[in-house]
Amino acid sequence: MATRIDVTGLTAYYGKFKAVADVNLTIEPKNVTAFIGPSGCGKSTVLRTLNRMHEVLPGARVEGKVLLDGEDLYGAGTDPVNVRRTVGMVFQRPNPFPTMSIYENVIAGLKLNGVRKKALLDERVEESLRGANLWEEVKDRLGRPGAGLSGGQQQRLCIARAIAVEPQVLLMDEPCSALDPISTLAIEDLITKLKSSFTIVIVTHNMQQASRVSDTTAFFSLEKTGDPGRLVEFDKTSKIFTNPTEKRTEDYVSGRFG
Amino acid sequence: MTTEPDSSADAAEQRGAATATAPPEDPPPAGGPAVVSAGKARVGTADLIFKNLTRTAGLGLLALIAVIAIFLVLRATHALSANTGNFLTTEEWFPNASPPKFGVAATLYGTVVSAAVAMIIAVPVAVGIALFITVYAPRQLSSFLGYIVDLLAAVPSVVYGLWGLLVLAPHMKGIQLWLNDYFGWIPLFDAGSVGRSLFVASVVLAIMILPIVAALSREVFLQVPIAHREAALALGATRWEMIRIAVLPYGKPGVISASMLGLGRAMGETIAVALVLPASFNISAHLLSPAGNTIAANVANGWGEANGIGRGALIASGLVLFIVTMIVNIIARAIVARRREFSGSAA
Repeated sequence: MATRIDVTGLTAYYGKFKAVADVNLTIEPKNVTAFIGPSGCGKSTVLRTLNRMHEVLPGARVEGKVLLDGEDLYGAGTDPVNVRRTVGMVFQRPNPFPTMSIYENVIAGLKLNGVRKKALLDERVEESLRGANLWEEVKDRLGRPGAGLSGGQQQRLCIARAIAVEPQVLLMDEPCSALDPISTLAIEDLITKLKSSFTIVIVTHNMQQASRVSDTTAFFSLEKTGDPGRLVEFDKTSKIFTNPTEKRTEDYVSGRFG
Repeated sequence: MTTEPDSSADAAEQRGAATATAPPEDPPPAGGPAVVSAGKARVGTADLIFKNLTRTAGLGLLALIAVIAIFLVLRATHALSANTGNFLTTEEWFPNASPPKFGVAATLYGTVVSAAVAMIIAVPVAVGIALFITVYAPRQLSSFLGYIVDLLAAVPSVVYGLWGLLVLAPHMKGIQLWLNDYFGWIPLFDAGSVGRSLFVASVVLAIMILPIVAALSREVFLQVPIAHREAALALGATRWEMIRIAVLPYGKPGVISASMLGLGRAMGETIAVALVLPASFNISAHLLSPAGNTIAANVANGWGEANGIGRGALIASGLVLFIVTMIVNIIARAIVARRREFSGSAA
């Protein structure tokens, strides 16, 4: 179920603007990898290249290689739609479909895959909502609109929606930045639980969060505005936060910069 | 930067001075700091003016509708009481005969059918145009096309009507014959001969309402939050699946409203329809046969030479159009309201 990701020589553009340059890193299976760094350093961009969501924006393109268990996501024969069914994503702001009920939100991805059997769908809804620690709170109102839940519940609903299709990798783009501390804690607990099944990559501005939930950490930075972001250091989280090799990493994690 | 606080303080002072003279009956209460109370009065007055303005506008609109309805009823009663036929079921239109006998059945049928067929043709095409512009077209083409569609929507519909009449209608014979040949087993498309039929009128109407429905639908689809579109794509949706699960459901109420505006135009259109249809007063299920009339076209055709009972009869048919339009709009509102909590307006 979980998968290794190899990124080599990755450069991402928005039109003519080079957002991030020459990123090389390897994400281990069933691990939580955190991307940290100042705003504009390209960490979200790199995340979005891992399921080919980067190129959804007009003019955006990618150079380099991203291998998912050896298979190039940007190979000539690779369909981005299939990539996104293998690599799930949770966004910064909770974005359940407002026109769908809680139940319909969870099965949205399954329906795209052609699953129609009611019994199977019911089973997967419960499984996914339990997986996202939301089942107990919503089991009596699965037919209610997903947009009627609180922010933290909506985000867990989005996680349930993402894991319902049983992806191999789960990408999370600042999943807690719009949530209060209690909801944040709930999501962090959930991440720790999910890593037994999925390879997880999380972008976060919250350094405590990175040190709490992740096994490895990638620190991105940029020289000055307008320059492309670069990967500065990539190592075990414990090393990044206690004894980083690079001076810039140390400055950032100790709060002396940005 | 140092001058900024000064200038804004000046401006605040000026605003305070201006409003202090405006409402003399509402002086600032004594005791409180002058600036604060002046600010309060300013907000209160503006709110009050705006509230009354909007209320007047809203009530005015209701009053206008009521006045129109009353006018129609008053002017129609004389003719209706002289009528010897049942106004709703009679197909004939002889208001000047003695005794007068007329009914709205044929023209109402023509109005509803031509508008409905026009909607069936126009709305899918308009939604398709709007989706192409907002989802499929590359950015530069998209803004260019959006501009063009807005421009087309601003052209008076009679211009399209005349184009449809003079350019399109003469070429409709082939299509009508084809429909008759291959779908003639459906009574709707069965016809002894084809010609200036309700179907041609419907196509002309469809062309007239297409730009407005497309332009409004485009606006609606532009409002779909990027977050919802990305959510669908990230689940592995193709572009069409993204449209199906994120764009169309979110845009549905807006598309319905846009269609209602188009429907209103289609039902009320007079000249183009009056020019196309032979103005016969009979209900025919055969769409392609040269026959049919609509309420609006009948009024346009008959008003000039009508008097007395004739005008009253036409006004009575106008009242029916008025009521039908309201019923259709109420139904549309009900459809939109049915799943309001799932409409996305809460998000």
